[in-house]
Amino acid sequence: MRKHKELLFEMGRAGRRGYSLPACDVPVKPVSELLPASMQRKLPLDLPELSEGEVMRHYTALSTRNHGVDSGFYPLGSCTMKYNPKVNEEAAALAGFAFAHPCQDESTVQGALELLFKAEESLKEITGMDRITFQPVAGAHGELTGLMMIGAYHRSRNENRNKVLVPDSAHGTNPATAAMAGFEVVQIPSDDRGLVDIRALKEALGSDTAALMLTNPNTLGLFEEEILEIAAAVHEAGGLLYYDGANLNAVMGYARPGDMGFDVVHLNLHKTFSTPHGGGGPGSGTVGVKEKLVPFLPLPLVGRNEERYYFDYDRPASIGKIHSFHGNFGVVVKAYTYICMMGSSGLKQVSADAVLNANYLMSRLKSSYNLPYDRLCKHEFVLSAREQKKNGVSASDIAKALLDFGYHPPTVYFPLVVEEALMIEPTETESKETLDSFAGVMEKIACLARDNPARVKEAPHTTVVGRLDEVRAARQPRVRWRRSDS
Amino acid sequence: MSGRHYLPLTDAERKEMLSAAGAATVEDLFADIPANVRLQREMNLPPALAEREALLHLAALAGRNKNSIDCISFLGAGIYDHFTPSAVKHVTGRSEFYTSYTPYQAEISQGVLQAIFEYQTMICELTGMDVANASLYDGATALAEGAIMACGSTRREKVLVSRTVNPFYRQVLGTYLSSRGLQLEEVPMLDGETDLIKLEGLIGSDIAAFILQRPNFFGILENVDKVADILHAKGALLIMSVDPLSLPLVGAPAEYGADIVAGEGQGLGNSPSFGGPLLGFFASTDKLIRRMPGRIVGETVDKEGNRGFVLTLQTREQHIRRERATSNICSNQALNALAAAVYMACLGPEGMKEVAFQCLQKSAYAREKISSLGNYSIAFNGTHFKEFAVKVPGGARALNAELLKSNILGGFDLTPYYPELKNTILFCVTENRTKEEIDMLVRVLEGWR
Repeated sequence: MRKHKELLFEMGRAGRRGYSLPACDVPVKPVSELLPASMQRKLPLDLPELSEGEVMRHYTALSTRNHGVDSGFYPLGSCTMKYNPKVNEEAAALAGFAFAHPCQDESTVQGALELLFKAEESLKEITGMDRITFQPVAGAHGELTGLMMIGAYHRSRNENRNKVLVPDSAHGTNPATAAMAGFEVVQIPSDDRGLVDIRALKEALGSDTAALMLTNPNTLGLFEEEILEIAAAVHEAGGLLYYDGANLNAVMGYARPGDMGFDVVHLNLHKTFSTPHGGGGPGSGTVGVKEKLVPFLPLPLVGRNEERYYFDYDRPASIGKIHSFHGNFGVVVKAYTYICMMGSSGLKQVSADAVLNANYLMSRLKSSYNLPYDRLCKHEFVLSAREQKKNGVSASDIAKALLDFGYHPPTVYFPLVVEEALMIEPTETESKETLDSFAGVMEKIACLARDNPARVKEAPHTTVVGRLDEVRAARQPRVRWRRSDS
Repeated sequence: MSGRHYLPLTDAERKEMLSAAGAATVEDLFADIPANVRLQREMNLPPALAEREALLHLAALAGRNKNSIDCISFLGAGIYDHFTPSAVKHVTGRSEFYTSYTPYQAEISQGVLQAIFEYQTMICELTGMDVANASLYDGATALAEGAIMACGSTRREKVLVSRTVNPFYRQVLGTYLSSRGLQLEEVPMLDGETDLIKLEGLIGSDIAAFILQRPNFFGILENVDKVADILHAKGALLIMSVDPLSLPLVGAPAEYGADIVAGEGQGLGNSPSFGGPLLGFFASTDKLIRRMPGRIVGETVDKEGNRGFVLTLQTREQHIRRERATSNICSNQALNALAAAVYMACLGPEGMKEVAFQCLQKSAYAREKISSLGNYSIAFNGTHFKEFAVKVPGGARALNAELLKSNILGGFDLTPYYPELKNTILFCVTENRTKEEIDMLVRVLEGWR
């Protein structure tokens, strides 16, 4: 059953085409008259030559070698792999959205501007923030935008604050972003409850603190219960509080980062607001801020006066532009469609069911796997494979064994504070039957890990390729095909 | 409640599951959120719409936007009206691709991984470079990542950028570099091209890289024959931002000694989408691979020797290296990269050349026609690809308003970004424009003033 799929470059015949252009209908001049020979390409251009049918078969074959949310359960912790409603795709494909040019005169894009304005109004209400920018196109891009604004805010007050505090359970993007924005990173330990160690936090806070980046609920799926005390301590030290919105799916309609004391929030529209992940992107890292940071938001914002919507560039304290045009507008269309469909009670039900599904699954699994933080969770929870590890079966082995049952595995080895971590986020769009079947398989794998560890360590057995040699890939990088190699 | 059909749990199941989880009510599940941060009211959002109502609402909003399907577009400036073959949308519309996450679990992600490996290969072929990554956000941030990479590689803190580079890209560069304490200096232009004499004077041992766009923002193919040599002699790198659809005809960055290539790939099978999602493509020499930002897919084998693909060189990345990562990027524009790959697979080398050929011919035809009108002149002398700046007899906004009456989306008004260029418009003519449409543009120009 295992068989590699040939590359595009290994297929086709010279002279085949998958698309034909209309004939050139203007008088044609010799190319050398328009493009001097010295400026013409001299390198060969070795691209595949295939008919349209061959191209479709190739990519259809590749698609069957790929697992998406539509293929099956995808409890990848921290990634909120919920069902992606199809109406979202229809909306974004409307010609007035998909074929509008970002540099058109504002009078010709009033619908797009109105959509951005209305999406901002809704997200302000959902998060409790004062203004929203849709410019950042990914969570990490939102973090960078947020930290740039925090830097600008402190500089505007003539304060030199160069440290960003990050819990040890934080997403890797948090410290990477802080460094990219020119800050020094200080790690804050978690306490034995899996929450921020407040004493350690208070010791780290000082006149050099620019911000604390926090995910709430955190990456263990636990709500930071002392959030108000944390916020007060950070603010008292003169720092700002940054909300990594990767986990907003847990609390919509129940609590808002704006009411918890957060000054800057980024949202992953591709997580909480149901837009698809596209095999790695595009996403949207929409950012919300409190009033005091509004002057620093990137250019431009969307404004409205009596007659029309407009882009507001007249914002002298702004950090400037962070994207070529207006962010991933097409992704915002999808998220806006979702918000329109769900409404207030719908979004609250989303969070209720996401949290219920996670707690239910946690209660089913904690007898077969170690649960290091055995308390109420929010939308996700983290198990440890430490018991299985004693038999030589790692979290990664368990992940690979799940592949044979048609599941995408949980996130593994994250957060770093849990040994052999398996981070499970079922989301609200999964049925009880799916959770029960998954739990049954997880129990079965736990039994196998005890009775027949070798079977688990050799998994997967049924996928199109077996475990791949990652060390070889990194030591002898082959990151492109070359005709001379084949 | 309208979105109910996305939520499979029934009330009976909810009750059963709550009790299994040891909770009496849903409220109990939120008991860990202190009362003083709980939202004590319902969120105030517009009433939920049913799918049909939502679509009508969205269609009404979309209907208030002019676009390049309903109008004849001569607007470019980094986002282009190239034709996308139907097959592209049918591939990117396969939900095994578009509903998947970053391919962390390689065994069940071979589809996306192989498609990206093929995409990387195609970007290398087009640019002539050794290695390419799996995508960055857009042309502007790709250039910023390239500048940061050059600073890291040369251990220098100053980057030069030509004034002929897309002004939006220069703004983003400024934002990114200044936040890290890196410097950006602009190299002046002369007749729409980088002033090479001034450039030479600016290149010292403190310069990490020089950024050049080709074709530049005015559509001109600048002479870069000696630039790389001058830079390399001083230990600096050449970063080029290129239009991928020019490359089948125009000299590739590798032919000019570029070290880093970063550009916008929207024209390769992606719709303009009001400016996003876009496709930042990124390529470099082999030497720089371990400093590259973003995901990279590599080839390897399983235990039985079957070929397979994995995310590789991950020790560069944020989830492993945290604050020492080469970039913070996590989500990228994978689906747009897939679209680009399918586009290139459909067109093939001959189709790609034909697109470039028609852009070159049609924009030359439009240029000639416009310059033959008495009071319009082509702003610059250089060799043009598909865009060109025109000095017009009046305000650009007023002219565009006139063009709109004939259902034409006019050119890009250059004056706000180049105050030295009064009443100057940048027109773009792609393979999609017919002779009839170009003639119509010319007629409206002729009749105006």
